[in-house]
Amino acid sequence: MPGRNLLYFLHEGLVNVVRHGFMSFAAVGTTAACLLIMGTFSLLAVNADSILHRLETENEILAYVDESYTDEDTLALKAELEKIPDVLRADFISKEEAVVDFAAQYPEEELFQSLDPEILRDRYSIHIVNIERISQISEAIRSLPGIVKVNAYEDVAGGFVTLRNITSLVSLVLIALLFVVSVFITANTIKLTTLDRRDEIAIMRMVGATNAFIRWPFVVEGAFLGGLSALVAYALQTLIYNSIANGVTRNDLLKLLRIVPYENLSRIVLTGFLLSGLLIGVGGSLSAIRKYLEV
Amino acid sequence: MIRLKDVEMSYDNGNKAIRGISFTIDDGEFAFLVGPSGSGKSTIIKLLTGEVEPSAGRIMVNGFSTSNIMPRQIPLMRRTLGVIFQDFRLISNRTVYDNLAFAMRVVNTPTRSIRERINYCLDLVGLTNKASNYPTELSGGEQQRVAIARALVNNPDTIIADEPTGNLDPERSLELMELLVRINELGTTMLVVTHEKALVDLFGKRVIMIDEGHVVSDQVGGYRLHDEENAYAGGSDYAWT
Repeated sequence: MPGRNLLYFLHEGLVNVVRHGFMSFAAVGTTAACLLIMGTFSLLAVNADSILHRLETENEILAYVDESYTDEDTLALKAELEKIPDVLRADFISKEEAVVDFAAQYPEEELFQSLDPEILRDRYSIHIVNIERISQISEAIRSLPGIVKVNAYEDVAGGFVTLRNITSLVSLVLIALLFVVSVFITANTIKLTTLDRRDEIAIMRMVGATNAFIRWPFVVEGAFLGGLSALVAYALQTLIYNSIANGVTRNDLLKLLRIVPYENLSRIVLTGFLLSGLLIGVGGSLSAIRKYLEV
Repeated sequence: MIRLKDVEMSYDNGNKAIRGISFTIDDGEFAFLVGPSGSGKSTIIKLLTGEVEPSAGRIMVNGFSTSNIMPRQIPLMRRTLGVIFQDFRLISNRTVYDNLAFAMRVVNTPTRSIRERINYCLDLVGLTNKASNYPTELSGGEQQRVAIARALVNNPDTIIADEPTGNLDPERSLELMELLVRINELGTTMLVVTHEKALVDLFGKRVIMIDEGHVVSDQVGGYRLHDEENAYAGGSDYAWT
């Protein structure tokens, strides 16, 4: 874009937006709605992923050691456990430590404060790096000689994995679909402008304007519509996300989900919306102007 | 300079619009291209402006070979041409001045040069006092003069006028043709496409007649302007027997 013409292109692009006010409004509304839906599903996927990640890092598989094993044999199991693929580490907890932990969990229960450690087993707290493989890892632990019982929240983890996979898939499909819809609508809006200005375009071509020169005002128009849509979508997304996050935090049960704070996401959301909006706008305008630039 | 050598042109539907045409218009020359409807006049204009490519033969326009021109060179070639249309093709929501400035701005002319050149061109076509009018506020003849000024603003080597008098009454047609002759005398090569035989005859310029895609005659002739016996009163299209 030559500097001398920058103001001209900006002026022409903005004039087009204002001249087709209703269609511009419709294009901004629709594109913003599409971006908002895309954003909502993406944020849902981000939260599901975050919960899964937390489950991976915080949750543990407990593997109980056979009482007949000597201390030496029991400690030797650590190496065996850490050899299993996707196991991050295995921490030994003796029955004495387990009793102390147990008592600490129920400080008001007097009965639990003086338990005999012999009623419990030595155990390993096992952290894994890929929760999607929790069933296979549990099975591998179970099959080790000396392990008599394994506690793993496979159903809960499986539920979150399924939720993440579904939201990721739905997000991808929706993003692709809504992207095409948005490009189509923006292209149609700009087609109105090109129809309105077809005489001007013909004159521009006839006097020797380059395709780039003819294209720029429409690209500016598309970029403006896309950028405006992104800002509208961002404002609505911020409102909706914060409302939902506040609702979840106030609910005693749901607050365990620990929604990712919007402050951590807002910059990414804004950048994503702006890039998508500009892509939709510019893509739509290039598609609309294409046939006028054939010769 | 315009040169066509053995040019043929067929449309996608198989219609052969041009069947082996050759002629040359030298720099500074004035030529009429005449012929009945469907004879191939419009196709020749499209070939000269690079809107369509010939099926065979060679075309040179002001140093550019339009028969094998690179797409990115087409705008450069068009900058050497000024084109005038029968329906004026002015932008109705821009003033006369802005219509001309628009044609200059799109080829990256600096703003300072735009004002100077527009004033010169409006003076040449006699419309200095109409610069701030909109096209709809002008008569047909005035609108066509604006179109001529627009064709001139970028200082083209050649002007191609496609039926420039088609929408004008006989008196305005004559005035307009005189204006084109005057511009030609200032050095611009002129190719005027028309089917108004009586008007062509008045000027005694070179006349290239085409019919069914062939050149059927190419000669200098016709009555002279101000020949009272054959005073121009309009009408009399080219009839082909």
